[in-house]
Amino acid sequence: MGWQLIRGWAVLVYLFMFLPVAVVVLLSFNASEFGSFPMSGFSFRWFVELAQNDAILRAFRTSIGLGLMTAVISTTLGVLASLALVRYRVPGANAISTLLIAPILVPEVVLAVALLLFLNFLGINKSFGLLLFGHVIFTLPFVILVVQARLVSIRRDVEEAAMSLGASPIQTFFQVTLPLMLPAVLAGGLFAFTISFDDITGTLFWKPGGVETVPTQIFAMLRNSISPEINALGTVMIVMTVGLPLLGAAIARRISRKSGA
Amino acid sequence: MSVEAREKRQPWILLSPALTAVILLLFVPLLFIVVYSFWLRTATGADVAGFHLDNWQEALTDRFYRDILLGTLRIAAITTLVCALMGYPAAYFIARSGGNKAILLLLLMLPFWISYIIRTMSWINILGVSGALNSFLLWTGVISEPVQMLYNQTTVILGLVHFLLPFMVLNVFVSLDGIDTNLEDAANSLGATRWQSFVQVTLPLSLPGLAAGGLLCFVLAAGTYITPLVLGGPRDAMFANLVFEAIITQLNWPLGSALSLMLLAVLGLLVAIYNRYLGMAQLMKGLG
Repeated sequence: MGWQLIRGWAVLVYLFMFLPVAVVVLLSFNASEFGSFPMSGFSFRWFVELAQNDAILRAFRTSIGLGLMTAVISTTLGVLASLALVRYRVPGANAISTLLIAPILVPEVVLAVALLLFLNFLGINKSFGLLLFGHVIFTLPFVILVVQARLVSIRRDVEEAAMSLGASPIQTFFQVTLPLMLPAVLAGGLFAFTISFDDITGTLFWKPGGVETVPTQIFAMLRNSISPEINALGTVMIVMTVGLPLLGAAIARRISRKSGA
Repeated sequence: MSVEAREKRQPWILLSPALTAVILLLFVPLLFIVVYSFWLRTATGADVAGFHLDNWQEALTDRFYRDILLGTLRIAAITTLVCALMGYPAAYFIARSGGNKAILLLLLMLPFWISYIIRTMSWINILGVSGALNSFLLWTGVISEPVQMLYNQTTVILGLVHFLLPFMVLNVFVSLDGIDTNLEDAANSLGATRWQSFVQVTLPLSLPGLAAGGLLCFVLAAGTYITPLVLGGPRDAMFANLVFEAIITQLNWPLGSALSLMLLAVLGLLVAIYNRYLGMAQLMKGLG
C-alpha cells in the first residue's frame, strides 16, 4: 500500500518534469498558424521556416562556435588541474579544490556582473571575447568535477609499468595515460559544451548588442508571443542537447571497451 | 633540478592555468566590484572614483530593495520546500526500485540536458491563454472564456520548481542509495513498523542529501532573473532582476555592484553555514 503510493507519486513527478517538454515537441509539428491547441495537423513547416530564418541560423553559429571554443579551453585547463589534484600530493589540495569550484558557488548573476565590470575597466568591452571568458570560468568547475571523478578510477600501475619498460614520462602520458583518460576528457568537453550552449543568465550580461546565442534568441522571441517557430527551435535544441550527450556516452563506452579498461 | 624538486613543481605547473583563470576571472573581479560599489555614478554618466557610501546607503535602507530581497528569499524557500516534498518520495522510489534503477536515473538526468529557457517557456504552452489547460477546460465546458493563469508569483515558483527539482531528487537519491538496506531490515526485525524504521533510520541518514539538494535549490532559485521575466508579471521581479536592471538598463554600475554584493553576502552566508556543519563533500557528490 505505502509502496504503491510512493510509486504513484514518483510517476506524477516524472510526468511533471516531462509533460511540458513533450508538449513543446508536439506543438512544433503543429500545422496551424498559432502555437497553440487544438492542433490542426502534422507538419514540418516550422522547421523549414527555422532553416530559412537568418537570425536563428546566426544564433546557432554563434552558440556552436562559442560552445566549441569554451569546451576546448575549459577541458584543457580542467584536465591539467585534475591531473595535478588526483596524481600528486599537493599541499592544501582541499583548499585548491574549493578555489577551483568557486565559480559555481558564487551566484551566476554576481559572477556575470563582476566579470563584466572588471573586464570593462580593463578596456575589454562586451564582445565575443568577454562571452568566451565568462563561459570558460563558468564551465571550468563542472569539467574539473567530472574529469576528477573519472580520473580516480584509472590505475597508476599501468603508467608505472610503461615507465619501468623504458618509456619517458611524456611518452607515457601520450601513449598510456591520455588514451585511458579519453572518455573523461570527452565527457568533460561535452559537459562544457552543453552548459555553454544552454547558458542564458551570464550570456545576457556579456553579449554585445546584436549578437545572439540560441537561448538569448529564444528569449528575445518570447517577448512577442509564443509561436510554433519557438517550439520548433526548442525541439531542435532538445535533440541537440539530449542527443549529443547520449551519443557521447555511447562513444565513450565503445572506446573504453576497446581499450579494455 | 633534482627529481624530487621536479616532482614537487609539476603539480603547480599543471594547476597554474586553471588557478590563474579562476583568480583573474572570478576573485579579482569580485574584489573589483567591492571597490566599485563605493564609486559614484554621476548624472552625466561618468563614474567618480572614491569612497562614497551612497550606493550602500541606498541598497541597505531603501524599503524597495529590502522588500524585494525578502520576497526573493521567500520565493526561494517555498521553491525549496516544494522541491523537497515532491522530490524526496521520488528519490526514495528510484533508490529502492531494483532493476529499473538505471533507466529511472537516466530519465532523471535528462532534464539537466534540456535547455533551461526551453523548460521555462514550456509552461506558456501549458498555462497560456491558448495553452493546453485552457483548451481542455474550454472543450469540457468548465469555462467559457480562456483564463489568464500565467504571469504571477505562483507561475514563477512553478517554473523554478520545474527547473530545480532534478537537483533535489539527484542529491537525495545519492544519499539514499548509500544507505545499507540491512539497517532498515534490522530495525524491522527488531519490531519497528516500516514507517518507524523509515522515520528513525532511513530519514536521518538521508538528511545530508536533503540538505545538499535544499541548498542548491535555494541558492539557484534566489539568484535567478530569467524565470520571473518569462513567467512572472511586472510586479514579480526578484532581487537578481534589480541587479540586471541596474547594470544593463540603467547602467548604474556602482549601484549594481552594491546590489550584487548584497545578494552574494546573503547567499554566501548560507553556503558558509552549510559548509560549517556538513562540509562541501556532500555537495560535490551530488554534482559529480
